[in-house]
Amino acid sequence: MSLFTPPRITGSSVRPGDRNFRFTTTAAGIGVLGVLAAIAAFLIWQSIPALQNNTGNVFTNQQWLPDADPPEWGIAVLIFGTLWTSLIAMVLAVPIGIGTALFITFYAPRRIARTLGFVVDLLAAVPSIIFGLWGLYYFMPQIVPAAQWLSSYLGWIPFFSNDLDLYTKSILIAGFVLAIMILPTVSAISREVFWQVPKGHIEASLALGATRWEMIRMAVLPFSRPGMISAAMLGLGRALGETIAVALILSAVFEINWQITEPSGNSIAANIALKWGEAASNGRSALIATGMALFFITLVVNMTARWVVNRRRDFSGAN
Amino acid sequence: MPSAHQASRRYQPRGVAVSGVGLALSGLVLSACGSSTTVNPAIPAAEAAMAAGDITCIDGRIQAAGSSAQANAITEWVNVYQTACPQSTIDYQPVGSGAGVEAFLSAQVSFGGTDAAVEGEDLDNAFERCEGNPAINIPLVGGAIAVVYHLDDVDSLVLDPSTIAGIFSSEITRWNDPAIVALNPDAALPDAAIAQFHRSDSSGTTANFSDYLEATAPDDWDYDTGKEWTAPGGQGARGSDQVSASVAQTPNSIGYVELSYLIDAINTKPVSIDQGAGPVEPTAQNASITLSTSPSFTEDGNIVLDIDYTTTVPDAYPISIVTYEIVCTAGLSDNQNPALVAEFLTFAASDSGQELLGQIGYVPLSGGLLADVRASVGVVMQGAGR
Repeated sequence: MSLFTPPRITGSSVRPGDRNFRFTTTAAGIGVLGVLAAIAAFLIWQSIPALQNNTGNVFTNQQWLPDADPPEWGIAVLIFGTLWTSLIAMVLAVPIGIGTALFITFYAPRRIARTLGFVVDLLAAVPSIIFGLWGLYYFMPQIVPAAQWLSSYLGWIPFFSNDLDLYTKSILIAGFVLAIMILPTVSAISREVFWQVPKGHIEASLALGATRWEMIRMAVLPFSRPGMISAAMLGLGRALGETIAVALILSAVFEINWQITEPSGNSIAANIALKWGEAASNGRSALIATGMALFFITLVVNMTARWVVNRRRDFSGAN
Repeated sequence: MPSAHQASRRYQPRGVAVSGVGLALSGLVLSACGSSTTVNPAIPAAEAAMAAGDITCIDGRIQAAGSSAQANAITEWVNVYQTACPQSTIDYQPVGSGAGVEAFLSAQVSFGGTDAAVEGEDLDNAFERCEGNPAINIPLVGGAIAVVYHLDDVDSLVLDPSTIAGIFSSEITRWNDPAIVALNPDAALPDAAIAQFHRSDSSGTTANFSDYLEATAPDDWDYDTGKEWTAPGGQGARGSDQVSASVAQTPNSIGYVELSYLIDAINTKPVSIDQGAGPVEPTAQNASITLSTSPSFTEDGNIVLDIDYTTTVPDAYPISIVTYEIVCTAGLSDNQNPALVAEFLTFAASDSGQELLGQIGYVPLSGGLLADVRASVGVVMQGAGR
């Protein structure tokens, strides 16, 4: 039983402004779905020829010869490389990004916080070709000693070992550069989420005698968990689709190699960038098929993220 | 503005055409600002070509597209031709051979540039595109692929085909391998892993290089030939510019690049190749010998060269390549300016035109091949009513 009953809305009271605005927003929403559907349709349509005459198994073949006669190609190497580089980037970027956001929001003096936040956001404005060239010409020579150290002291961990005694153009380097590239995304969104933690929760925990760390652990993190997952997933989305930096840095060899300090690795987007220029019609069709695979991977990643976020919301204790 | 534009194009180092168009464009803009007061360096070459009677001006504009391997050669010719003939514009887009041939066949461009001669079905399709006249391949731009290495204490390195095949298929992995030592008994070869670089992008250079290995070292090379690198191991780098840069940056490395990347290269030195007639250095002159002594198929102006990779002619550098222009012998529509196409090709095949190639790391054609090429250009001239 509510104390206040709103006046009943009759048809005649809908004003033209309301109607037009509603129409516009609906059209915008449908438009986005339409574009997405059109992209999916285009990808499927264009990739059919290459999928039909492929003599290799598209999921397991580890060659890239779509313009050969007979054509033989598969996406296993590309999907592996895409996921593996992105995973390494996530492992590096998510803790640092969230840490930066926590520092900026709860620890740093206001002036430093604003400058630091601005600087981190600025990273997002650097074009990816710059990251690629920087990674290739400056960062790579610097990181070789570190990779050598990893392989000689931690070589008993399988993916740190290095049988070739070569340390350039590796998945590790690409992972580092990707991590720097997705850092601003992860950090900026986490920061926004941390700002939204109810002041009441924070003050209540501090009033109960919690230290700042306990306050963050008990009041901030549970409330922010879905947001942090979204941040990580958006970062992952960028890492999965990153093209030119990865194309420059990775060795782009067609083999599945877990060893992250050896020259190797490839990714769907980088492969498209590298092969498109000289590809003939079947090659282009095959490249579009890999693009379709990336499209669906991204879709699955985002849907999983959304599912995780929704599931967690009930337990966050925030609502 | 056109003159500043031309001047700036001339200043571009080789290789911009291969990598990002965006970079190339920004480079153009930047150097255009810087060169506003400089004299167009194409002027002397243009004056010399005019004086030699190698340039006849035709006003108008043509579009062309194709192989990026010959982009710098065409750009050089275009600069000189346009400097001599300010009323003409030739626009060559280095979109890649496949895309260039496609653009030619669909009549979007006046001529196409391609790394491999257009044959079979595509050449038949060209018949229709040229209004019922045959299209022909004219080899105009010679080139060579140099194997380059970075060893600080070794000033000259000799390899033979089977050793090169071994290195690039990761069978030979260390610099002090007996096979390399046997060819270079006096060199201070280090006990170090060989960092081998190949192209990570699809490339005609890779196709030619793997063709060469298959022809000369069939026992040591059983990988696919073609634009994709399929041998195991090694590191991929995007474009010849980055293979070259990677070799320069990585000690104990080796790679293969087009000859032009040897000009003022730091830290990279060319490998001399010994096929039984003594070590031969990669130079324009040595590669030209291979081109002019290789058998060619010639029919009604169509020339397809079958490069003799196994050559043992003295001083012939074996890893030589040639890239083609695909043109209509007649039937080009007027708005695609057949006269300008014909005159531009005539200049390109002239002594002045071919001489320019040698200066920028390409290989000038010579001997009987050059005579055949000029006869083919003559067919195009005739078709254009000139």
